[in-house]
Amino acid sequence: MTEFDAATAAVQAALDAGARYADARVMHRRYESMTARNGDVEELTQDESIGLGVRALVGSSWGFHAVPDLSDAAARDAGRRAARTAMASARVPGPPVDLVPVEAVTASWASGCQIDPLGVPLSDKGDLLVGATRTMAEHGADLAEGLYQIWDTAKWFVSSEGHRIDQRIRECGGGISATSIGDGETQRRSWPSYRGQYGTTGWELVESLDLAAHAAQIAEESRALLTAPPCPAGETDLILGGEQLALQIHESVGHAIELDRILGWEAAFAGTSWLDLAQLGSLRYGSELMNITIDPTIPGALGSFGFDDEGSPAVKRDAVRDGRWVGVLAGRDSAAMASLDYGGSVRADGWARLPMVRMTNVGLEPGPHTLEEIIAATDDGVLMDLNRSWSIDDKRLNFQFGCEVGWEIKKGRRGRMLRNPTYTGIGPLFWRSMDMLSGETVPWGTPNCGKGQPGQTGHTGHPSAPARFRNVRVGVSA
Amino acid sequence: MSAGGLSEVELAGQVIELVRRLGGPAAQAEAVVTRADLALTRFANSAIHQNVAESTVGVRLRLHVDGRTAAGSGSVVTADGLRALVERTLAAARLCPPDPGWPGLAPPTPAPAAPPVDEATAHAEPDQRADLVRAFVAAAGDLSTAGYCRTAHRSSAFANSAGHTAHGRSVEAAMDGIARRDGADGVARRCADRLSDLDGAELGAHAAAKAQAAADPVELPPGRYEVVFEPAAVADLLQNLSWYGFNGKRYAERQSFAEPGAAQFDPTVTLVDDPLGASGLPFDAEGTGRRALTLVEAGTTRAVAHDRRTAADAGAESTGHAVAGGATWGPMARNLRLSGAAAGPASAVGRSTTGTTAGAVVDADTAALVAGVRRGLLVTDLWYTRVLDPKSLVVTGLTRNGVWLVEDGTVVRAVRDLRFTESYPRALGPGAVLGLGGRPVRQPDRVDGAWWAAPPVRLASWHFTGGASG
Repeated sequence: MTEFDAATAAVQAALDAGARYADARVMHRRYESMTARNGDVEELTQDESIGLGVRALVGSSWGFHAVPDLSDAAARDAGRRAARTAMASARVPGPPVDLVPVEAVTASWASGCQIDPLGVPLSDKGDLLVGATRTMAEHGADLAEGLYQIWDTAKWFVSSEGHRIDQRIRECGGGISATSIGDGETQRRSWPSYRGQYGTTGWELVESLDLAAHAAQIAEESRALLTAPPCPAGETDLILGGEQLALQIHESVGHAIELDRILGWEAAFAGTSWLDLAQLGSLRYGSELMNITIDPTIPGALGSFGFDDEGSPAVKRDAVRDGRWVGVLAGRDSAAMASLDYGGSVRADGWARLPMVRMTNVGLEPGPHTLEEIIAATDDGVLMDLNRSWSIDDKRLNFQFGCEVGWEIKKGRRGRMLRNPTYTGIGPLFWRSMDMLSGETVPWGTPNCGKGQPGQTGHTGHPSAPARFRNVRVGVSA
Repeated sequence: MSAGGLSEVELAGQVIELVRRLGGPAAQAEAVVTRADLALTRFANSAIHQNVAESTVGVRLRLHVDGRTAAGSGSVVTADGLRALVERTLAAARLCPPDPGWPGLAPPTPAPAAPPVDEATAHAEPDQRADLVRAFVAAAGDLSTAGYCRTAHRSSAFANSAGHTAHGRSVEAAMDGIARRDGADGVARRCADRLSDLDGAELGAHAAAKAQAAADPVELPPGRYEVVFEPAAVADLLQNLSWYGFNGKRYAERQSFAEPGAAQFDPTVTLVDDPLGASGLPFDAEGTGRRALTLVEAGTTRAVAHDRRTAADAGAESTGHAVAGGATWGPMARNLRLSGAAAGPASAVGRSTTGTTAGAVVDADTAALVAGVRRGLLVTDLWYTRVLDPKSLVVTGLTRNGVWLVEDGTVVRAVRDLRFTESYPRALGPGAVLGLGGRPVRQPDRVDGAWWAAPPVRLASWHFTGGASG
C-alpha cells in the first residue's frame, strides 16, 4: 500500500461516511538536531515520524483525525472518524462553509538541495559546533552555544476533488550564541541570529554562515555588553538591522494579515487583528517605501513550497503595495467566507495537525539605500540589531522588542555600543515612520512560529533589509 | 513483521532488548513508549470551527555506548521500525564525541502511586466536548464566544537496561473560552482530572460577566500600580519562575535568580511542584519517580528542579523533572501550585462591584483582595510575556481579557490593556505580596500534562510601561 493509497482510502472512507469534501495528507518527516555548549556536544536527537491526517467537511462542519498507521484499515477508520467528528461539530453550527475553487492537479515538487544535510557525517557537523563553541568559550563567553536543525519532509496529498500531489521539502539551518553573565544580568550576542538562519535548502546554507569565523567576535562583544552604557530612554530615530526587521515584519504584518485572525477564528488564543476587511485596498499601512509580498516561490527561503496543504499552488501576491494594504494570507474556506478568490497559505506542522492559515515568505521589497548610507544620513539615533525578546498584543498593534545590541548614531557615524536596547510602538504608526530602506535583503527564516490549538510550530521566511524609522520610543526598562 | 498489538510495556522492553542485542551488553539505554489520544474541539464566533483528534504512538530512546550519548525517537512501532530506530541511534552515538558527564541510568525503584484516571475522560467522544461548548456558548447569551474544550489520555511505559521499569496513565480535561462584547473580552479557564468536572455553562457565564464588565475601557497612564492578579495571570508568573528560575541547569549556569536558603520571596509565598496532585504520569523522562517538591517555603527558596544530569553536577538527587530533549533546556517543573492563604480571605463578603463593572469580580477570594486596594488594577490575564533578562527575570508582556481600575476597594471602571516590564521575583519579593486568596484554581497549559494552580494574588507594585496607544 503506497502513501497515496492510504490517503485515497482515508478520503474515500470520509466520503462514504457522509462528507461532501475530504482531503488527506501522509507525511514522513525525518528530523535531526544537535546542540553544543562550551566545546562539547550537548545533545543529539534524531526523529522519524510518519502518519496520516484526514480532514472531512460534513455539511458546513469540519472534522480531523490523525493516525500513525498507513494500513488500509487504519486509513479508512481515520476517514470515518474525521467524518464523525465533523458531525459532532454540527452540534454548535456556524455559517455555511464554501471553498474557493482550486484546479485539481497531479504534481510533484521538491525544494532545492545541493548537499543533503542528513548525508553530512555527524562527526563533521559535531566538529563544526564544537569548534565554534570552543572558540567562543576561549574568548570570554560564559555560555557558548551552537545548534543546527534539519527537517526532511515528504508529503503525499489527496483530495476528493482529484488532487494527487507529492512534495519533498528539505530545510536546515543553524547558528551560535555567546552569553556572558555579570552581576545580576546576562548579555548575549549571536551569529547570524539567536536561533540561526534557516531555509529550504541543503547543508550549503550552514556552510555559508561560516560560524567559526564569527565566534571570537560575538564572544568578545557579549562580554563588552556587560559594561556598555544602557540604551537611553526617549524618542529617537531608530535604524533596525535586517534580522530584527524580519521579526518586526513577522509580528506586526505577517500575523496581522492572516485571514483566520481577521475573521476571529483565533480570537481566544493567538488573537485577532486590527485590520478590517472593509479597508482592504484602501488602508494606509505604512509609508510609500513599504512593499510587502507573500511569496512562497522564493528559492531557498524557509516559507517556500510547491503547493500548500490543501493543494493550492504557490503564487506570489502583494500584501502591502506603496504603503497600502492590499492582500491577506488565506485558506480556501476563509477566503470564501471573506469573498476573496484565493487561498494558498494553509499548512500544518505535521501529519497529526490540522492545516491552518500560516505565513509563507512575507517580506519587504528592497529599497534604494545601503545601511551605511542610512547611518550617514542620521544625525541622532540608535541602531539596533538581532532580536532578543519579542512581544505584541493580541490585535498585533502594540509591540515591544528587545535587541541583543545597540549602537549610538551621532552625526552620521556609529558610536558606542549600547546594552539592553528596546523599542516599542504601534504597528501602523511605526511603519508610516519608515523613511529610508536599504537594498541589502536577506530572506531570514523563522522556524519557531507558534499558532493554533493544539499548538503548531510554523516555518516562515521574511526577506528584509535594514531600514530607518523616525521618532520611535526606545529604552524601556523595568 | 508487525509489533502492533503489543502493550507499551512490551514495546519498551523490546527496544531495550534490541539495544542489548545490537549494541552489546555494555550499552546503556532507556526507552519510553507513549500512546496518546488527544482531542480538541475549538470554537470561534460561537460555532465549532475546528474539531480534531489524534491517536498517536511514540517511542523515545536514549542510549550511552562507549562513553557517547545520543537520542532518537519515532512513530513506527513495527519490528522493522523499532530496529531501525535502535540502529540509527546506535550509529549516531558512535559518531558523537565523548560524554564525560553521563549520569548513568535510574536504578530499579518502585514508582510512586499515581492518582487513578477517569475512564470516561480517557474515552470521551466528540459529542461530549461539543455539548460542553454548546453550554458555554448558550450561557454567554448574545455575546460572541471562542475557545476550546480538550481531553487527553496518555498511557506510557519506561524501561532501561539497568532493569528499571515503570508504567502509568494520565488523563486531563480542560476548557478555555472567552466571551466578547464590542471588542471587550472576558475569559474563563479550567483544568480538571475529569471532563465531568467542567461546567460549560458556568464557565460561559463567568466569561460573559467579565466581558460585560469590560465594556467602554479608558486608557490609564503608565506607571507603577498596585495590582490584584486573578489565577490566569498568576499562572504566567509561575510558568516563567519555573522555566527560568527553578531550573537546575540554569541555576548551575548562574542564569537563575534562585538562591536556595535565601528569603527571596514574601513570607506568604509557598510554591510546590506537585505532579501527582492531579492525574499525571508517575515517572519522568528518565524513569525517576515524580513526587511533590517544595521550591519555596514561606518565602524562602528551598530547591530547584533536577534531572539526573543536573543532579549529578550538583551532587544531589534527581527530583524527577527530566523532560524529553532536556539536555539543552534543563529540567522543568510543570505542575506548580501557589498555596492559598492559610485561613482564606478575611473578608470574603461578596462582590465588590456594582453598576457597569458588576461581573469584573467573579469569586469571593478576588473580592476580598480587591476590597483592600485603595487605588490599583484588577488584572485577569497576561499575554505574550517574554523574558528580557533571564537572571533578573525581567519580563515584558501585556494584560488581556479584562483590566479594571480599583479605587477604595471598589472596581470603578474598565481600563484598556497595558504593557508591563517587571522583574517577576522582585514583584513577589519580601513585603511585596499584600494578600492571597484561599483557593488555588488549576489553569491549563498549552500542552496537556502541565498546569499551574494559584489563588488570586494582591501585589504592592507592578510596572506598567505603556498603554494601548504605545
